[in-house]
Amino acid sequence: MLFPPCAAIASAGPILQKDKAVEGAYVIELDNLAYSYGGGELLSDISLRLTPGSFHFLTGPSGAGKTTFLKLCYGALVPTAGHAMLFGKDVRQMTRDEIAEIRRRVGVVHQDCQFLDHLTVAENIALPLMVSGRDVASEEHNLKELIAWCGLTHRANARPPELSGGERQRAALARAVIMSPDIILADEPTGNVDWEMSERLLSLLVELNRMGKTVMIATHDLALIRAAKTRVQARVLRIAKRRLQLAGADL
Amino acid sequence: MSFLQFSTLLRGEPQADRVVPPTGFTARLTLFAAAAMAFLAVFALALSLATGRLAANWSEELARSSTLRISAPAEQVAAQTEAALQVLATTSGVARARALSREEQQALLEPWFGPDLPVDSLPIPQLIEIIEDDEGYDPDGLRLRLSAEVPGAVLDDHGRWRRPLVKAAGRIRALGLLSLLLIGGVTAAMITLAANSALAANAQVIAVLRLVGARDDFIARAFVRRFTFRAFLGAGVGTALGLAALLALPEAQAEGGFLTGLGLRGWHWIWPLVLPPVAALVSFLATGGAARRMLRRLA
Repeated sequence: MLFPPCAAIASAGPILQKDKAVEGAYVIELDNLAYSYGGGELLSDISLRLTPGSFHFLTGPSGAGKTTFLKLCYGALVPTAGHAMLFGKDVRQMTRDEIAEIRRRVGVVHQDCQFLDHLTVAENIALPLMVSGRDVASEEHNLKELIAWCGLTHRANARPPELSGGERQRAALARAVIMSPDIILADEPTGNVDWEMSERLLSLLVELNRMGKTVMIATHDLALIRAAKTRVQARVLRIAKRRLQLAGADL
Repeated sequence: MSFLQFSTLLRGEPQADRVVPPTGFTARLTLFAAAAMAFLAVFALALSLATGRLAANWSEELARSSTLRISAPAEQVAAQTEAALQVLATTSGVARARALSREEQQALLEPWFGPDLPVDSLPIPQLIEIIEDDEGYDPDGLRLRLSAEVPGAVLDDHGRWRRPLVKAAGRIRALGLLSLLLIGGVTAAMITLAANSALAANAQVIAVLRLVGARDDFIARAFVRRFTFRAFLGAGVGTALGLAALLALPEAQAEGGFLTGLGLRGWHWIWPLVLPPVAALVSFLATGGAARRMLRRLA
């Protein structure tokens, strides 16, 4: 099953098309970063620069620190050594309000997507608009298109606990992109969905990348990486033995 | 915590309010606590105002007058009264002094002995009423002069029994005000506890809101508005019940003494109306503090 073509995305209007100018050459810049957790070092000596519009996969054995790495990339964790710069600004020097502003420019899809269970799926997807003080009513049309694009129209008025795993993943992705963020970070977005659904989610991310968004997907689904490589120029990063390596192109 | 924030808060943002799930139990507890505290506050307020009024009345009514009693053998009464009036006329601080007539004295005694008492045949002391001017006189100095010139005179400046009463009324009033402060403090403490439990119970909501880019202020406001509204509503109900109970008290009566005078008088009825806004303000500050403290600790 194919996703609605690019025309639909383009007509999704300002939400999906509006591109903010990214200050500095890199959206994410990690410099000799290390992260220690409970005495032991989980990640060490990590340097990485992500340019706008790049597409990366993040792999590595379970427990290698993929989730921690992503959290360092959106300011949920502060490195214990080295520096993490988001949009040219050091995370360590950011106030809580600045972190909140950054979150509006970084769409995050968690492995275990959490929602506000007392609101409908549509309201949950519109939540980033609401919390950043945008008028949700005036974005109603765009919201509807995005929900349709994610194939959730028939579930728009359901509560999140009623959704299946795949529906939750898509709702989380819709919520992550509604603000038209510059970066999309997805942690195992295809973790508990079947192959057909994985394909659909990947198509969504690829389309967003074509619109200029920086995308990073943590996964150990090699089939997904192979499928992506046929459509987009994706690089594969691998976390092993606390270090980050650029994996070979021969996956 | 500026006035601007407070006014935004009162206007409300129905959209943003919905991000916090309705919590039935803490909501009812907060309402009940606010209502109970406002009910108690109405009585503390009434007690303070009534005793304040009482103390003021006693001081005012009794301070300006005193009595001189002349007990002397019948043949000397007239002479000593004359001498005492002479002394009083030259005492600074005394505005007027007047010997009571026989009829007046009889009227004073009537409640105790009945109208048929033959006052003329009894050795009743002569009373002289003294009205002070604004300065007041020195009772000890006056006693000294009288003891020299009018041996049968006894000065009663009413202060002996007025002072402890005024003092007691003042103490009760201070206790009433202290009770009001304590009630305010306990309200703040209870609202803080309720807010903390609501914040803890909504940890996932807060995590989701932070993830999608909500500022701490936005999250705090959603909680603060809710608790402020509940405290206002609860205090309103409590105040209404307290006032109804005050209205049900018996009317103040001369025979009843100060106990029946516990209700509110005149413009004092305005004071209880201050309670709901004060409860709302206390709740606003308490919840805001609790929310900001908790959010600072989160990632």
